[in-house]
Amino acid sequence: MLKKISTLPFDGTPEQEAKLVEYINGIRDQQGCLMPIMQEAQAIYGYLPLEAQQIIARELEISVEEVYGIATFYAQFALTPKGKYNISVCLGTACYVKGAQALVDRITQVLGIAPDECTADGKFSLEACRCIGACGLAPVLTINDDVYGRLTDKDIDDILKKYE
Amino acid sequence: MYRSQVLICGGTGCTSSSSEKIINAMQVAIDNAGLNEEVKVVKTGCFGLCALGPIVIVYPEGCFYSRVTPEDAEEIVNEHLLKGRIVKRLIYDETIDNANDTIKSLNETPFYKSQKRIALRNCGVINPENIDEYIANDGYAALGKALTEMTPAEVIQTVLDSGLRGRGGAGFPTGLKWKFAAGNDADQKYVCCNADEGDPGAFMDRSILEGDPHALIEAMAIAGYAIGANQGYIYVRAEYPIAVNRLKIALKQAREYGLLGKNIFDTGFDFDLDVRLGAGAFVCGEETALMTSIEGKRGEPRPRPPFPAVKGLFGKPTILNNVETYANIAQIILNGAEWFASMGTEKSKGTKVFALGGNIKHTGLVEVPMGTTLRQIVEEIGGGIPSGKKFKAAQTGGPSGGCIPASLMDVEIDYDNLLAIGSMMGSGGLIVMDEDTCMVDIAKFFLEFTVDESCGKCTPCRVGTRRMLELLTKITDGKADMEDLEKLEALCDYIKENSLCGLGQTAPNPVISTLRYFRDEYIAHIQDKKCPAGACKNLLNFSVVKDSCFGCGMCARSCPADAIFVTDYVAPGKKKPAYEIDTAKCIKCGACIGTCKFNAIIKK
Repeated sequence: MLKKISTLPFDGTPEQEAKLVEYINGIRDQQGCLMPIMQEAQAIYGYLPLEAQQIIARELEISVEEVYGIATFYAQFALTPKGKYNISVCLGTACYVKGAQALVDRITQVLGIAPDECTADGKFSLEACRCIGACGLAPVLTINDDVYGRLTDKDIDDILKKYE
Repeated sequence: MYRSQVLICGGTGCTSSSSEKIINAMQVAIDNAGLNEEVKVVKTGCFGLCALGPIVIVYPEGCFYSRVTPEDAEEIVNEHLLKGRIVKRLIYDETIDNANDTIKSLNETPFYKSQKRIALRNCGVINPENIDEYIANDGYAALGKALTEMTPAEVIQTVLDSGLRGRGGAGFPTGLKWKFAAGNDADQKYVCCNADEGDPGAFMDRSILEGDPHALIEAMAIAGYAIGANQGYIYVRAEYPIAVNRLKIALKQAREYGLLGKNIFDTGFDFDLDVRLGAGAFVCGEETALMTSIEGKRGEPRPRPPFPAVKGLFGKPTILNNVETYANIAQIILNGAEWFASMGTEKSKGTKVFALGGNIKHTGLVEVPMGTTLRQIVEEIGGGIPSGKKFKAAQTGGPSGGCIPASLMDVEIDYDNLLAIGSMMGSGGLIVMDEDTCMVDIAKFFLEFTVDESCGKCTPCRVGTRRMLELLTKITDGKADMEDLEKLEALCDYIKENSLCGLGQTAPNPVISTLRYFRDEYIAHIQDKKCPAGACKNLLNFSVVKDSCFGCGMCARSCPADAIFVTDYVAPGKKKPAYEIDTAKCIKCGACIGTCKFNAIIKK
């Protein structure tokens, strides 16, 4: 999976690092602990910056390539920070046949960002996701934890206005 | 003792449309009415009829309220629960018996009538966060029976005799898988569950996890006993937060009751389960890739043999089954192999859950006996296509499957029949498409998916699917010739033959099946440069119907390419001159259509 990699400066705090190290120490003896650790790191930092991958590699005494290889393999790991409001448009089959692509196109038009991009002010980011399982509401998009279903492209402007 | 129970769906679909708020509002309204001793609110799993969500059912009447809002809660309490008057405007119309002015039982409605619920038996019936409700519905009785009355070999024989086949895709006999793993001696064995429902459009596994998590736990413990494993892993999608949460609650309760852990039922059998979160990789639905992922690595598949039953997770004998497969196990143990084998077709026994989606009235989950026809599922249970459009095809099996055309709607659906007509069961996603869907575009959609999800390990899949996508894009752009179609077909065969795992081997299926049944659409794109369904943007032209144009200029202002200009023509009855689109400049973004208030812009 091709991934966009952040060029923004890393702004992690020592507290975040301490929290991550503490988590690693609690789980390190478990078989196959690397992925849960990376998931926790993403929860702590909001995304998975290279610096966090280096911390994980250092603590587990493995190469950073191994961590990076996993980070780029799975869709869930984000190498770019998300906007304050992350818009995720479901492009699963059920949503697609009900016109989800038109939702993406409209958002791109309004915000000027393509999927996997973030607006310059850091407010909105856009991603296309694969099926959140709410096929009964297709087409669906989520903005952070809010779910919007049974949409058409005409609804997009009003929805985005709520987050101005 | 409560006189009434209000069941509110807490599945993902209904939660997405605020069922959580309805639950709170309902409880507040019940408290305010002083009914909290008499009426109980129960948050359940999915009822299946997601199209009508959020759903509230009031028992004992069995009154089915649909599309409820938090604001309706008070009315339901004050009218129905306090005064005994049903709130008619919220009742699902198909449950109203107009002749007698009464309500019908849900089981008499077209959606539920032909269903047979085994895997989904508890979904929407019990509170999934309360183990006692599961136990009250025969929960953990099958585990007790297996551990105290049956030998591991007898358990395996029962599963084998039932004819249960894997519900995750390929349909391998479950009992056989267990038998192989049981036959291998090792110091450690594992039982795994694939709950990484990656097929976009399928959500039955999520519903079972959300609605009946203990059914999975019980079945995995039975599997552990059968093959001699004391540890299991559930690999579940991180995108299913509600499911993960309920699973964790269920695991905790099962441990507290001694149904997981050491010495279960005092038989000396130890078994425990861990949850591992998938991180969004479709290839991890392939068994060897899934196990590699649980090991904390890149989820790449590896060649088989050795099969997981010999060398699986952490190099130990392992069985891997899908959630829906496990959801049948306890019922098979309790009711016997014959009972299960009495349902279905000759080679596909029992029932199958389908996730109905796309252009269909009753989107949701249905469980029907194997051998039910597509026509029954789409027209009777699914309620047909809304807005009176024509049925064009149904897609099953997700990115590995194919499209079933209208002419084959009377084929009885089971594993083998679907394969014969060029599709596959897959996990049971069933997406209905109407005449507005372009079959070339759908094939391209699935190829985009596989290109994205190909793990990259083997060349036929990594490079081949990308070349296929390029050819398909050429076709939908109107730039292809007939030779490209030949190349596409040759590539399909090559990739099918030479890929390492199931993902690559089945990746060409959407193309092969649409070529088989909708070849004329491919040819229309190639030779006539037309998209018959009007879906492929690059083959469409936007134009202004000048006689409808009021000359407001909204379209010209919204056009990012400055492709819309004003003409000299003033339509009869209009005051300002009409606009026109310069097709050479037009980027076909559709912005103008969205802004025109007079529907004066068309695409064709």
